[in-house]
Amino acid sequence: MSISALPTALAEIVDDFQALEERERLQLLLEFSRSLPDLPPRLLDHPQLLEQVVECQTPLFLTVETEVEEGSPVVHLYFKAPQEAPTTRGFAGVLHEGLDGLSAEEILAVPDDMPDLLGLTRAITPLRMRGMSAMLGRIKRQVAAAQRLPAH
Amino acid sequence: MPLAADSNEKFSAYAHPERLVSTQWLADALAAGGSEGKLVVVESDEDVLLYETGHIPGAVKIDWHTDLNDPDARDYIDGNAFARLAGSKGISRDSTIVLYGDKSNWWAAYALWVFTLFGHEDVRLLDGGRDKWIAEGRELTTDETTVTAVEYPVVERNDAPIRAFKEDVLAHFGNPLIDVRSPEEYTGQRTHMPAYPQEGAMRGGHIPTAASIPWARAAAADGTYRSREELEALYLDEAGLKPGDDVVAYCRIGERSSHTWFALKYLLGFDTVRNYDGSWTEWGNAVRVPITRGSERGELPVGR
Repeated sequence: MSISALPTALAEIVDDFQALEERERLQLLLEFSRSLPDLPPRLLDHPQLLEQVVECQTPLFLTVETEVEEGSPVVHLYFKAPQEAPTTRGFAGVLHEGLDGLSAEEILAVPDDMPDLLGLTRAITPLRMRGMSAMLGRIKRQVAAAQRLPAH
Repeated sequence: MPLAADSNEKFSAYAHPERLVSTQWLADALAAGGSEGKLVVVESDEDVLLYETGHIPGAVKIDWHTDLNDPDARDYIDGNAFARLAGSKGISRDSTIVLYGDKSNWWAAYALWVFTLFGHEDVRLLDGGRDKWIAEGRELTTDETTVTAVEYPVVERNDAPIRAFKEDVLAHFGNPLIDVRSPEEYTGQRTHMPAYPQEGAMRGGHIPTAASIPWARAAAADGTYRSREELEALYLDEAGLKPGDDVVAYCRIGERSSHTWFALKYLLGFDTVRNYDGSWTEWGNAVRVPITRGSERGELPVGR
């Protein structure tokens, strides 16, 4: 897999990670954990609308919504993860910044092993990286399921 | 000369009260300047980035996975690697180490156990860990800790006194075992922790005759260890341990059982307590080892 297979925003993030030393990559992941947006109130009040990613070590919940913007449907991603789980939040932040606002087709085309491109496996350990792969897998599954329904 | 023990009343009932310090003791020791470099505070968490979001001023970080595990073999680092690690964190052989971390010190207890494999003399746990320190509104910082590297001697690991391997567990039958996993893991309903990644054990259940005492029952709501009386009710009355018993504790990979190991060894004073770090991810995959399913402890395997 190469970076060229990725949507532009995600490819830029991967580039940023790869340009850094291992130690600094962790710092960048920490920045992503800080920039993860909070849930909008309508989802905060309805936690049952979110799906838990049980493969993550800490509770992480996510959901996707499709909206028509400027005539074409785009996907928005929403995540909920506690502040005490910066690694999990960081993964969610990368996926949010890299995928939010793309079309369903673009998201479904992201290779499943994309998290490996961040170059974090040694610093984070394969066990922890599995959480991020699981997040991506669940996002893609939800997007695929939503595609079978009309966009609202 | 090590730092004086915490003379806190709750601790004085424990068999080895010098192994725990309170948040107040640590705050005072830090305010006193850490007795000129004799004190090293170490944070060890499950989340590899949690330390970076804010840590106790002057604390260094040791990650259970990237620092303490051998990168290739399923084992701990050797004496050379440990000497490099400790030295790079400013730890000398005679340092007083205070470990703390998230989740009721679950990973901090694991790090403490690994330090004990190398015979580091004075290593203590901060009772209540990271969460209690924060709940009390004590200072955290994101400032990078400046460390002056020191020489730590190369000491070979001495596993035998506190670490059990699969063969040791097979030879241990007839002596008590404590399974510290969740009830669902103990009965065999599931092979991993609730809400945790599936780590691939082929079989569910527990080691025959093991008593089920989930690790977190040894901790109070604020993450501190329960009192001696409460721990005795748990491990003596409920699990049926008797003073002088030779005990093996296990969980899934040996982390949660380090927390129980600490309680049995230092708070209740059992001399011979070993942590079986192969735990369920080894036992549940091993060929021809006996397994009991369900909530009963199960019979001693025939011929043992």
